[in-house]
Amino acid sequence: MSTVFIALQTNEDTRQIIEAIVQDNPHAVVNEQPAMVKIDAEGKLVVRRESIEELIGRPYDLQELQVHLITMSGNLDQDDDAMTLYWNA
Amino acid sequence: MDMQVAKKKLGLKERYAVMTRGLDWKPSYQKMEDIYPYIAYEGIKIHDWDKWEDPFRLTMDAYWKYQSEKERKLYSVLDAYVQSNGHLNVTDARYLNTVKLFVSGISPLEYVAHRGFTHAGRQFPGAGPRVACLMQALDEIRHAQTQVHAISNYNKYYNGMHDFHHAHDRVWFLSVPKSFFDDAITAGPFEFMVAIGFSFEYVLTNLLFVPFVSGAAYNGDMGTMTFGFSAQSDEARHMTLGLEVIKFILQQDPANVPIVQRWIDKWTWRGYRVLTLVAMMMDYMLPKRTMSWKEAWEIYFEQNGGALFKDLARYGIKMPDCTAQIALEKDHLSHQAWSTFYNYAAASNFHTWMPDEDEMAWLSAKYPNSFDKLYRPRYEFWREQAAKGNRFYNKTLPMLCQTCQIPLVFTEPGDPTKICYREVDYKAEKYHFCSDPCKKIFEDEPEKYVQAWLPVHQIYQGNCFPEGTDPTAPGFDPLAAVLKYYNLEHGRDNLDFDVSEDKKNFEAWRGQATKNV
Repeated sequence: MSTVFIALQTNEDTRQIIEAIVQDNPHAVVNEQPAMVKIDAEGKLVVRRESIEELIGRPYDLQELQVHLITMSGNLDQDDDAMTLYWNA
Repeated sequence: MDMQVAKKKLGLKERYAVMTRGLDWKPSYQKMEDIYPYIAYEGIKIHDWDKWEDPFRLTMDAYWKYQSEKERKLYSVLDAYVQSNGHLNVTDARYLNTVKLFVSGISPLEYVAHRGFTHAGRQFPGAGPRVACLMQALDEIRHAQTQVHAISNYNKYYNGMHDFHHAHDRVWFLSVPKSFFDDAITAGPFEFMVAIGFSFEYVLTNLLFVPFVSGAAYNGDMGTMTFGFSAQSDEARHMTLGLEVIKFILQQDPANVPIVQRWIDKWTWRGYRVLTLVAMMMDYMLPKRTMSWKEAWEIYFEQNGGALFKDLARYGIKMPDCTAQIALEKDHLSHQAWSTFYNYAAASNFHTWMPDEDEMAWLSAKYPNSFDKLYRPRYEFWREQAAKGNRFYNKTLPMLCQTCQIPLVFTEPGDPTKICYREVDYKAEKYHFCSDPCKKIFEDEPEKYVQAWLPVHQIYQGNCFPEGTDPTAPGFDPLAAVLKYYNLEHGRDNLDFDVSEDKKNFEAWRGQATKNV
């Protein structure tokens, strides 16, 4: 299975987002680099709105993630509740 | 009393449908082919433009909201950086040369990308891709502007950046990135999207921006880190769209597959050749290294690109053949590039230097198969010569590749001791190439590439001297005249870092910043 990834800036907004991603994707590997965090996951990675809301204690729009994104890999599917990265093969 | 009843908001998918569909109309008194004159000649067949979908489902209202937030963040950090004399906190002044390379080599491309997406968006008859092109065109001009704003702070203190756009259009090695983008925007709209949207954004920008921005952060350059991150948040969207545009074209008609494959093969190689500059930046120009070029290539191309092409195999797309050659070059690329720039330091808008002992040890460790055997002895010799006062400045103009415009400095695949030369005869003229892939690209479209503006040829033809120069005058110094034409000052903007004003000033200013004078 191929690896998908998402990289976010290291800052106070992403700390809990990364925590939520790790909770929802136990197979994900967190890779801390200068000023950024790259999260690799085999096959599929899901970012869930509800998990982030739970941790930050306020409503969250997944499009806010745009502000902190650095790079990503994989096919993307985004709706109001989740942002999913995946490979078909 | 008025009761405020909260209206149910549209979901993301519905909002995207409402704001990107049905915005166009069927023309009644003009023919479609007159309105969209470039849409058919490339041979790409599109049956249903509505199948185009931006997976982020970004609409203009959300676009403005998040972009303005990014701008506010960027400019407040920039203010703080400037107010605290942040430029004195970079690792050492050699680092600044990456910024010079960036503003003269990359930022002007952002502007051309803006023009390219504006043009492509105008040419597509589907509302979905038109909206996506509009956003990307806005992103690209934003990148050009924010980069110029951020780097203008360095221009107040350091040399070589004062006329970056003038340099971009003239300086010999800057024709490499410039001609890459000129090639893309003069292609048809579909090829442009594959070239920039897919090959450049999806396959290659990770290698440009991630090490560059992470490297800037690691070297204490908050200004560059900030504009880099701000741009990068857009790039993540561009990458995703790049992959989407490929899937869309491939799904529309099986006849599109061989056309797209040829473009992927061509543009992967074209982009890789431009990344030569990034390779040497990572291995030589960042005083504190984040990872080697070879490691970055393995992570971002071999692993990630491998996953991508495995995913695209179901459409009949395969990994470009040129990647076999790239794999052979990864132990050599950055060293051969840095050697070239070390040679031509008299004709460049930034400084070069020889790595110190610690840096040589790092290079040996990262490149165990090549560095000690092939490149260390060369560097030690040059360093010895420089110590004796014979710092070598090559003043002989090199032969350039007709396609990528890089001097013929790369070695034969599999034999790093022999320079690779290829040539083609076309209409009674001889054309030179650095490699088989560049030669093939020329052979596929010779009428395009015979028009290349090759800096060396132009200098020899007398087109790169200031107006009124008399090359027949006694004692005429061609290099001096070319530097004037570049608007670069000899002894200030060029030559070795060791003798540079940048080095002297940075040491003096950093001294002032840490004690009372």
